Amino acid sequence: MTETSHTNSLFNVSSKTKNRNAAERRFRIYGILAISIGLLMLLVLASTIILRGTSAFQQTFITLDVDLLESKLDKKGNRNVDDIKKVSTFGYSPILLNAMKKVLEKHEISTSLKKKALGGIISKSAPSQIRDFVLEDVNRIGQTVEFKFLVNGWIDGYIKGRYSRESVANSKFASAEQFDLIDQLLEVGVVEKKFNFDFIFGADASDQRPEAAGIGVAMVGSFYLMLVVLVLSLPLGVAASIYLEEFAKQNIFTDIIEVTISNLAAVPSIVFGILGLAVFINYMHLPQSTPIVGGLVLTLMTLPTIIISTRASLKSVPPSIRDAALGLGASKMQTVFHHVLPLAAPGILTGTIIGMAQALGESAPLLLIGMIGYVATNMPTTISEGLLSPNSAMPAQIYEWAKRADPAFIERAWGGIIILLIFLLTMNTMAVILRRRFERRW
Amino acid sequence: MALTGVFYSLMVLAFLAFFVSRFLTLKTVKGDIRRLHSRPVYYGLNSLFLTVFPAVILLIFWSFAQAILIDGKVKQQIPENFITEDAPLNLIMSEVDRLSEGLKQLVDQGTLSAAKIKNEDSELFGIEDKLESAGVFLSSSISPEVLSASRTKFAMEAFGSSIRNWLAILVSVLGFLWSLKNSTAEFRARNHVERITLFLLGTAATLAIFTSLGIVLSMIFEALRFFGMHPWTDFFFGSTWAPSFSAGSELSILPLLWGTLYISFVALLVSVPIGLYSAIYLSEYASKPIRAIAKPLLEILAGIPTIVYGLFALTTFGPLLRYFFGDGGFLGVEWMSDSRSVITAGVVMGMMLIPFVSSLSDDIINAVPQTLRDGSYGLGATQSETVRKVILPAALPGIIGAILLAASRAIGETMIVVLGAGAVAKFAGNPLEALTTITTRIVSQLTGDLEFDSPETLVAFALGLTLFTITLGLNVLALYIVRKYREQYE
Repeated sequence: MTETSHTNSLFNVSSKTKNRNAAERRFRIYGILAISIGLLMLLVLASTIILRGTSAFQQTFITLDVDLLESKLDKKGNRNVDDIKKVSTFGYSPILLNAMKKVLEKHEISTSLKKKALGGIISKSAPSQIRDFVLEDVNRIGQTVEFKFLVNGWIDGYIKGRYSRESVANSKFASAEQFDLIDQLLEVGVVEKKFNFDFIFGADASDQRPEAAGIGVAMVGSFYLMLVVLVLSLPLGVAASIYLEEFAKQNIFTDIIEVTISNLAAVPSIVFGILGLAVFINYMHLPQSTPIVGGLVLTLMTLPTIIISTRASLKSVPPSIRDAALGLGASKMQTVFHHVLPLAAPGILTGTIIGMAQALGESAPLLLIGMIGYVATNMPTTISEGLLSPNSAMPAQIYEWAKRADPAFIERAWGGIIILLIFLLTMNTMAVILRRRFERRW
Repeated sequence: MALTGVFYSLMVLAFLAFFVSRFLTLKTVKGDIRRLHSRPVYYGLNSLFLTVFPAVILLIFWSFAQAILIDGKVKQQIPENFITEDAPLNLIMSEVDRLSEGLKQLVDQGTLSAAKIKNEDSELFGIEDKLESAGVFLSSSISPEVLSASRTKFAMEAFGSSIRNWLAILVSVLGFLWSLKNSTAEFRARNHVERITLFLLGTAATLAIFTSLGIVLSMIFEALRFFGMHPWTDFFFGSTWAPSFSAGSELSILPLLWGTLYISFVALLVSVPIGLYSAIYLSEYASKPIRAIAKPLLEILAGIPTIVYGLFALTTFGPLLRYFFGDGGFLGVEWMSDSRSVITAGVVMGMMLIPFVSSLSDDIINAVPQTLRDGSYGLGATQSETVRKVILPAALPGIIGAILLAASRAIGETMIVVLGAGAVAKFAGNPLEALTTITTRIVSQLTGDLEFDSPETLVAFALGLTLFTITLGLNVLALYIVRKYREQYE
């Protein structure tokens, strides 16, 4: 028993082994760190979306009793619609101001605000709201009607905590006095924060009225885009995959098709937008900014995804099924359409839904064919109008809001993202459920 | 007869054809299906195909031929002295197109009779007001030459389309009658139907080629027009990007390429280490439940639309960076003047690319045969040594392929850089400064009012073509490497 043999025992860890084990531990920690950073990024993204977007679903409203004065709206007093139409929204502002003053008197609130600042509390969309109401039935003139108006975006921003008295000190759009008044009105219940359905179902509004902007019409635009994509890319994609997978002989021609399809899947989306602009709009003169052109472009993008997934699910149907069908005397075509295709259907549907979800979130090609900007103010009423009249789409609408200077639009952009993500989540969940329930393993 | 009318008639005829020929065939064998060559449905389908397809093919080809023919005729009609440098032929022709479309709308609305437009002796008074009230806006007042050309175009189109429509219905009826001849028990209906179906399937597959061909040709064509107006040496070798709509633009791709590559590099700097280490941990260390949770969670990052990342860069990450590095910021330095910068866009893009790198690398690491690991452990290597000295070298080509694919995504990415990178085209090294990219410039050149004959617009096509070439090259290279590697262990 000497000292040296004792230190060389396997029970004593040598310094080299210690280093190696330390390196092992470090390596493992790097891996854990990497995954944690990735998941942390997901968490940050998700919480940012929720924190900044949820407030868009609430909006501040003010309840006012408006006297629809005959002296302002129908000076001739004959209830002639054409004469009443001549009164512009500008002519409705005094009525609004009166209603505002009335409510202040009723609750004995005094304010030092001048006319313009007082009227500025209410959204600029309020006069046209009254005007539409009056033009709907001119006999309403002379009555007193209770209205719920949107409150101006800046005031709404104060209530949601976006602005404070200090931050508007030098602003020409809002003032601390207005905020004081709003606090008082909030106390007596004239002003309240409510869920805003108009954000989900309404149309975009101009730069001046962030409080009135909604994503509904763009949602309908996205719906028509998806309709075009589905109608075109599903039959085309499935037909192409059946040909390539079941019938095509291996030759140069089919090789070229295969290489092209796999490369098409990797072409940047903006390139498809350029193609759409050059081919569909410049050569074929299809109407610009319309869902039909957008749908065509997105179809080209989705087609490779559908073809790739369809071919994978056709491939997963075991050859024994084909052999059995052929053995019983079915033709090749009957085998494919009566046996292989139904068995591959869940996989094809899953791939289609995933491809459509990608197309739904795509915005770059839509920018190029002009599906951005303040394009549609009304819901399309017929299918052909939905396809052929200019509209936006959800991601393009979000981009449009992100570009505008007013922070109130940024809030709406995040809100729009929540809606978009809800759609994508639903579609992807559907795909997962389809796969889990119907996918067969042979 | 309008096109919708033709459509409905074809549908009715197809319906008829299917049931009539099915019925007739069954009648010849007195309902005894066993004596038919094919099942009854095939006789119906055969008839349906013969009724519909020739007519549809005629419609498509006639429409194309008609458009080309009429275009040529109308061009001849415009007097030569009318064409000047300010109003070249293609501008006049687009005006004629718009005007004849407008006339069509007026006829549809009933404010103008088609006969009056066709009759060349009648004057069209107040046509401009009528067009304007119908929502058709013309850029200038209508000159008599343009008006007469568009009237000719309108008349020829109306004439051609009505012939086409009636002819299509005639062909359809003829096809229907012809197909009835085949309603006999001996007719090999299934074989015919299957041959047509196969042809249709093949046509669908070839469409993919036409799409790619369309992409490449349309871009090459427009890019060539650009190079006809602007020296290609400036585009490829110039040093400034300064489009100005009064002549004298300098349009060089190099500063844009610099911005693109710089931002992509930052994105890869973020995504490659995180993605690669995640892939190693998930495939070599993680227990099954952890893998089952962490992998799909990471992949969510790839499914989020890029507009979300763009908005995140613009409104959250950019301002955060500025809070640290900006003027009067937390660190007291003034390195950042705008919240949009190379880092802003690059890091956020890196977030998006993590799952691209991790999923692909994970697949590739898993494809390394277990025997290699076992051999390494048998020689006494620790797990990390096995990964670093055995698995990674074996998987290296595949991992490089994965990184190349991620790089091609980064170069073609649009929304994140449009919102997060800024618009400054220069060769700057400071990652906290704004730079611009190829995709951003394509968007800015192609949105808004477009003139398809100014180099400032057409340059976007040259940029797009370059982008297409770069990403395609990277992809082909990556796929080649991955495929070659996979074969190695199979």
